[in-house]
Amino acid sequence: MTVSYLLRRLLFTLPTILGVIVIVFVLLRVVPGDPIAMMIGSEATPEDIQRLREVYGLDKSIPHQFVVYLGNLLTGDFGTSISLKQNALTLVLGRLPATLELAIVAMVIAVACGLALALVATYWRKSWVSPVIDAFDSIALSIPEFLWALLLVLAFGVLFANLPISGRFDPARQTDFVTQFYLFESLLRGRFADALDLLRYLLLPALALALPLMAIISRVLSGSLREALGQDYILLARVKGFSAARVLLRHALPNALLPTITITGVHFIFLVGGTVLVELIFSYPGIGNMLFGAAMNRDLPLIQSVTIVFALLFIGLNFLIDLSYTLVNPRVKVG
Amino acid sequence: MNIRLIAGLTVLVVLVVAAVLAPWLAPHDPMTQSLFNQLLPPAWLAGGDANFLLGTDNLGRDLLSRLIYGAQPALLVMFVGATLSGMLGVVLGLIAGFFGGWLDAVISRIVDVFMSFPPMLLAIVLVAVVGPGVGAVITAIILIGWTRSCRLVRGEVLALREQEFVTSARVLGVSRLRMIVHEILPNLLPLLSVLFGLEMGRAIVTETILSFVGFSSSSIPTWGSIIADSRPYIYQAWWAMAYPTLVIMIAVLGLNALGDGLRQATDPLARR
Repeated sequence: MTVSYLLRRLLFTLPTILGVIVIVFVLLRVVPGDPIAMMIGSEATPEDIQRLREVYGLDKSIPHQFVVYLGNLLTGDFGTSISLKQNALTLVLGRLPATLELAIVAMVIAVACGLALALVATYWRKSWVSPVIDAFDSIALSIPEFLWALLLVLAFGVLFANLPISGRFDPARQTDFVTQFYLFESLLRGRFADALDLLRYLLLPALALALPLMAIISRVLSGSLREALGQDYILLARVKGFSAARVLLRHALPNALLPTITITGVHFIFLVGGTVLVELIFSYPGIGNMLFGAAMNRDLPLIQSVTIVFALLFIGLNFLIDLSYTLVNPRVKVG
Repeated sequence: MNIRLIAGLTVLVVLVVAAVLAPWLAPHDPMTQSLFNQLLPPAWLAGGDANFLLGTDNLGRDLLSRLIYGAQPALLVMFVGATLSGMLGVVLGLIAGFFGGWLDAVISRIVDVFMSFPPMLLAIVLVAVVGPGVGAVITAIILIGWTRSCRLVRGEVLALREQEFVTSARVLGVSRLRMIVHEILPNLLPLLSVLFGLEMGRAIVTETILSFVGFSSSSIPTWGSIIADSRPYIYQAWWAMAYPTLVIMIAVLGLNALGDGLRQATDPLARR
């Protein structure tokens, strides 16, 4: 993979980023009518509004406004949050680590459990276990993370256990974290009591996010495992007298993994998108939750920052996943 | 025996009956508050009242009646939202896949841009900007739903276009419009049935989420608003949040099954 290939791929994302900015501009600046009237209270006089319109350049044409807007974004000026009176981009970036931590923990759960389900279902493919896992997969797949989150709150927050259902950590706990990645930081610094507490709070929201992806991984991997088990090299391994478990883990699994890796990458992006709702239900202090606060207050600069940061995250992840295909699969030609 | 089709149709019929006959089926007015009957448990639990079969919410409103009335906005949003977003996606996907060239490039790029946002984020931003209401909810469903069907239809049409029966139609000099209507569309039917089932379920979930955050109309009870109202009292009255959650789950599973069942019924290969 050459540098010029990387640059070319990066260049391809530019039109998408521009499109994202256009949509945000249209949604937040053109649709709602007069942003000034929304920014200041009802006690403002028409003269005040007119003066502010000139200050913000809203008396100019739409294309002119767009160019100014684009210039602001490129210089990192996403505006000041109306409700929190701080730089909107700084606010969002401060919350981003919490969201990423949630998504990564969910991903780890999904991959670990999905892998286990597929292996169990394939190993006992002739018993009742396999159809049960199959049914579980169908249900886990069809139900979106929002409903899973509600169900988990009911089941493990209220009815059968008493896991925490709101927030990121015990508020009574001292928090002298240097970074915003609380879990990763406490693990690295060997503060396992803190890590355990954080994990208790993360478990339900992460599980709600993980369930649909877990089912997809289990499905796709079971399919390719079964296909792999019909190949000649498996027959050879059996003839050599290897145990069924060894044949499955050492021979079939490595050869069956590629489609699962591909689909996991694609669905990780959906998982990150799902954090918006799961954070809301669990009052988890990430950027999704911040979006709801901003939406309630009609805090347009903050809404805009969350939207653009999320879109850039999606585009960046897509880019990385595309690149990883070329690394994982030698058959994909770089060109 | 097409079990999925039967299960899906059953769920759909129950929903339609509940929505249409709500004024006759519901034992109470869904909006009437009663200070004496707050957070009553369901009739089969201790302290329950046979008058309020499923119990009441924090304002003493009958939960069963609210659930039944909640089928109305759910059904409206589901049919209108899924139909419109499906139509938009299918038309654009057909154009992109069938004509190719710069049309395909432009449409695919727009899909890429829309897919760069988490779907619910886009819905929330739209409704926050436009203001709450059923119209805004349906607009949000269309805005986030069309890209999925557009992408799938485009891919399917690209594959169909190369099939021999399409080539022979072209050789015979059949017009493009006729080719789309008579050759391509009938072969899209199995895909469209699955999509429609999925999108109807998604529309209900989107409506639930938007009314959960208070962005839907407030004059009719919606399943999402029942969930939102009961969320603060979850430790005193878990059932109030459990009903709408379960109802929505069954609706989503049923509608997905309906789509799958319809595919089986319309796909000549699957029928064999």
